[in-house]
Amino acid sequence: MHRDILHGARDGLPIGLGYFAVAFSLGITAKAAGLVPAQGFIASFLNHASAGEYALFSLIAANAAYWEVAMVICITNARYLLMSAALSQKFSPETPFFHRLLIGFGITDEIFGLGIAQKGWLSPAYMYSAFLVAELFWSSGTASGIIAGNILPANVVSALSVAIYGMFLAIIIPPARENRVVAGLVLVSFACSFAFSVLPLVSALSGGMKTIILTVAISAVGAVLFPVRDTKGGETA
Amino acid sequence: MTHSIYIYILVAAGVSFLIRVLPLTLIRKQITNTFLRSFLFYVPYVTLAVMTFPAIVDAARYPAAGVAALIVGVVLAWFGAGLFPVAVSCCGAVFLAELLLGAV
Repeated sequence: MHRDILHGARDGLPIGLGYFAVAFSLGITAKAAGLVPAQGFIASFLNHASAGEYALFSLIAANAAYWEVAMVICITNARYLLMSAALSQKFSPETPFFHRLLIGFGITDEIFGLGIAQKGWLSPAYMYSAFLVAELFWSSGTASGIIAGNILPANVVSALSVAIYGMFLAIIIPPARENRVVAGLVLVSFACSFAFSVLPLVSALSGGMKTIILTVAISAVGAVLFPVRDTKGGETA
Repeated sequence: MTHSIYIYILVAAGVSFLIRVLPLTLIRKQITNTFLRSFLFYVPYVTLAVMTFPAIVDAARYPAAGVAALIVGVVLAWFGAGLFPVAVSCCGAVFLAELLLGAV
């Protein structure tokens, strides 16, 4: 048990350091949406999802409807459905039910990766330890971005504002290299997203609606044309 | 209509929690429907790609700097760099590109 806690902290620390930098830039987005540091901390602690929070803050800035937030979070965080399904296979039958709730709450791309990499059944102590260490960096990074984002020079803020997209690229490009269908879908997504940003009528849609429409349409077409037969549910980031 | 930031956060948190926890607690067997499996498999890549471009180009002060970040990010990620190195390199690309553009 003690060893699991130590190992979890050891594996969570490098993840946390990476999280801090990205969360800092997320904090700049949060500040632009009108969040104060405590709100940024809470939002990050409860959501801990880079893409989902980025979408959340953009929607807050746009004064979107609550249902729109719910829809967009469903779409941007849909990958956690797969990860959650995959992790369910790693629970020992004797594990008490509440561990499923708490470990489920802690799923992120990286924490999921740690869990899947474990030999044998999941150790709840290991998972909680890794999650908490990474999570504190993530939440405090967001709050720091809100506090310090506006005292940084404009060129530094401009540079940091692309960090989140860099992280997205680091998630989607390696699988695109391994899988031609994913590569094709990423390119199609880039093209359609660009088209939706310039074409009349659709360019007037909110960012969240564009994301929903394009994601559902492109993924559904991909699923019909290129059904996947042999993947296990979750893919690590 | 004005909205409360706290309600926004709670809506997002509630939905996030359900998404993360429902499969873990409800689905004890593997999903067998091929369409659903394929759809869920593609969703993360498509949604992140849609959100990345053209937004990355518009995020920096100069579009050319955003393009530089996109190229640097794609190349480094292609060769296997992790989340953190890619994110930091994209920031560096924008910083350098804007220095150059500002000097011209």
